Amino acid sequence: MAFFFQELVNGITAGALYALVALGFTMVYGVLKLLNFAHGDLYMVGAYIGFFVIQWFGGPAKLTIPVPLLLVIMFVLAAGLVGGLGVAMERFAYRPLRNAPRIAPLITAIGVSFFLENSALLLFGAQPRIYNTSDFISLSSGIQIGSVTIDSVQIMVLVLGAALMVGLQQLVHRTRLGKQMRAVAVDREAAEMLGIKVNFVIAATFFLGGALAGVAGVMAGLLYNQVIPTIGFIAGLKAFTASVVGGIGSIPGAMLGGLLIGVAESFITGYITSTYTNLLVFALLIAVMLIRPSGLLGQAQLQKV
Amino acid sequence: MSAYPQGPPDSQEPLDILESPHGPRGPQVGADEWVARQAQRREYLPSWLGTAQRRFEQIGFWPKLAVVGLAGAVLPAVGLGGFQLQVGIDTLVIVLLALGLNVVVGWAGLLDLGYVAFFGFGAYGFALLSSAQLGSHGIHLPAYLSVPIVMIGAAILGLLVGWPSRRLIGDYLAIVTLFFGEAFVEFTNNVAPSVLGGPNGIVGIDPIRGFGFQVNSNKGYYYLLVILAMLTMAVLRLLDTSRTGRAWRAVREDPLAAAAMTIPVNRVKLMAFAFGAVVAALAGTIFAAQQISVFPTDFDTPILILVYAALVLGGAGSIAGAATGALVVMIIYDGLLRNATYSGYLFYGLILFTLVASLRPWRRLAAVLAATAALGFAVHAVAGAISASAVAGGPHSTGWIGAALRDWVIVPANAQGAGDWGYVLLVCLLIALAQVSSRWRTILLPPTLCLASFVWETKLSAEPAVTRQILIGAILIVMMVARPQGLLGARRVETPI
Repeated sequence: MAFFFQELVNGITAGALYALVALGFTMVYGVLKLLNFAHGDLYMVGAYIGFFVIQWFGGPAKLTIPVPLLLVIMFVLAAGLVGGLGVAMERFAYRPLRNAPRIAPLITAIGVSFFLENSALLLFGAQPRIYNTSDFISLSSGIQIGSVTIDSVQIMVLVLGAALMVGLQQLVHRTRLGKQMRAVAVDREAAEMLGIKVNFVIAATFFLGGALAGVAGVMAGLLYNQVIPTIGFIAGLKAFTASVVGGIGSIPGAMLGGLLIGVAESFITGYITSTYTNLLVFALLIAVMLIRPSGLLGQAQLQKV
Repeated sequence: MSAYPQGPPDSQEPLDILESPHGPRGPQVGADEWVARQAQRREYLPSWLGTAQRRFEQIGFWPKLAVVGLAGAVLPAVGLGGFQLQVGIDTLVIVLLALGLNVVVGWAGLLDLGYVAFFGFGAYGFALLSSAQLGSHGIHLPAYLSVPIVMIGAAILGLLVGWPSRRLIGDYLAIVTLFFGEAFVEFTNNVAPSVLGGPNGIVGIDPIRGFGFQVNSNKGYYYLLVILAMLTMAVLRLLDTSRTGRAWRAVREDPLAAAAMTIPVNRVKLMAFAFGAVVAALAGTIFAAQQISVFPTDFDTPILILVYAALVLGGAGSIAGAATGALVVMIIYDGLLRNATYSGYLFYGLILFTLVASLRPWRRLAAVLAATAALGFAVHAVAGAISASAVAGGPHSTGWIGAALRDWVIVPANAQGAGDWGYVLLVCLLIALAQVSSRWRTILLPPTLCLASFVWETKLSAEPAVTRQILIGAILIVMMVARPQGLLGARRVETPI
């Protein structure tokens, strides 16, 4: 039973990361009806930013600033820069195509994803960059419940992830911007007629989505200890799966989907085999798409004529 | 303006003969006025280029195909050999793939992101059937049996993968097919390593042989691929002008209206998937036979992006567009960018061409070029005066380009870090250039050009393997944003409803 709970904790931690990436993905889909294939690569950029912040302040072994401050700088910088990258991406690649056929921005999105991934390869090289988290955060200072260990990085990921998700939920449902975002998601033209600055709202959505992906990237670096340029693509695929399983366009759906994917992956790896993990996750997605394309929490859309 | 000899009776303005798609004979029986006026909704290039374009369009498909086929057949005789022949073979494989993708994406309008899995299926299918891999099970077929078997198998697989397209449209279909493509790579990598070979793939595949012939040289494969490409184009042309082809385009434009016109939408979509899959599998069999080996990584996302870039560059929805796009992309990607000198020509040539094509009037162009040259020399002189090591490295380009740039572009002794920052700054500047007004663009252009040259000489040309991937991604983005109809596609000037 201890093994089960340990796997559950690991799965929820990984799922929190997927959920954060899936949130940005599903928000962008909500307002633009665009599958942003490049979203996973924002997560990769966030992970690299975290790595370079550690190097900047003296490297993992001899940090020149206290660890909490370092973490704050990492998260804020990654959120800001990656959010900005998301906005630039929207402005440059997606805005000119807003009224084009649906297929056009999808192809552009693949191009953006490929461009970002290879730019990272050019700038940072193919060799993995190692965070060495254990040099500055003591992993043993976690919680021990019976034989289940939750180490300190996992606690941080869970707490911060939960806080961000609650914050986002509040932002979408309680603030003016959130109301505008929901209005744009329902009907862009009508929202524009009512005086909502649609371009600003869309840019803000990309910023929020990018910022969440950037934070998730730093968390992934701390948790898994290494970064390579291709992590973005796989994370992006998992995030698609999460948001589709939860119901694309639905924010609680993305959270639920992320957690489900994380836990499912963890159990498949733990109980069956790690060889087929990705294959089974993909099969799960295809099955969900075929049986219930609107996802667990999504609403079936009627086709308008 | 000349009057239409047998124009439609209710036409208000006579059509220009040149703009009529049917020449001076007037519209055909059964073609209504909207169709007859199709030419008026086309956008042509300005001045004599537009006239040339119209004349070129009047040549039929078959003479053009014959000329292209002859040119392809003659090329090896006039000195295409060795490395260039390999480039030619790779190019023709991509041409086949782009032709097949054009059926699914260009005609039927279904975004199939798992397309390259069919290519992989063809290659793996041929590798399993026509090699010693399954020899212990008594399966070792000659090519004239295994190629048709693989193609039929691909058609069935295409139907299966296309099955969701009956319910899922647009984005959802894109996701399912993308995951199918990824699942294929995972599958070949992990499942049944004793049969599929895992990451080590399958080696020792038979060459294409049968009926007393055996293709055993690159030249042979080149000719085989030229013949197959011509045949595919001919078949696709016949399909395009058939009932099925029209049904595909009708479904692409509006599935509901198509269904109302009694087109069996689902069946037509499945047919598009099956045809695309068959062409891809055919390309895969030849690819496997020529390479003698297949590996899972041969069928991963980079190939998919390459084929999409080819299709988008040439113009989705036209056979000539798909083939031309594949030719251009592969000659740049596989041919020019592997050689430092050629890639230099390509880079600076492309920049000059873009400037000449987009900057009007010529005074502005001359001013920008002069300012760029002056800025480069000035910055080089200042940097050299401050620190000798800042200009110590030579440009990476060789030949006369390198010699010409020696005193113009700054290359520090240790260029890596500076090149990285330069690249990031260059991408920011390019994004800014696309946003600002025309006057600011003129002012920003010279520093951007200097920076572009700096980044090229310090970083990009030193790592051609990554540079060409970046270029393919950039082609996709820029083409979709600037000219979504592709190089050869026709921009429709639709009148708003």
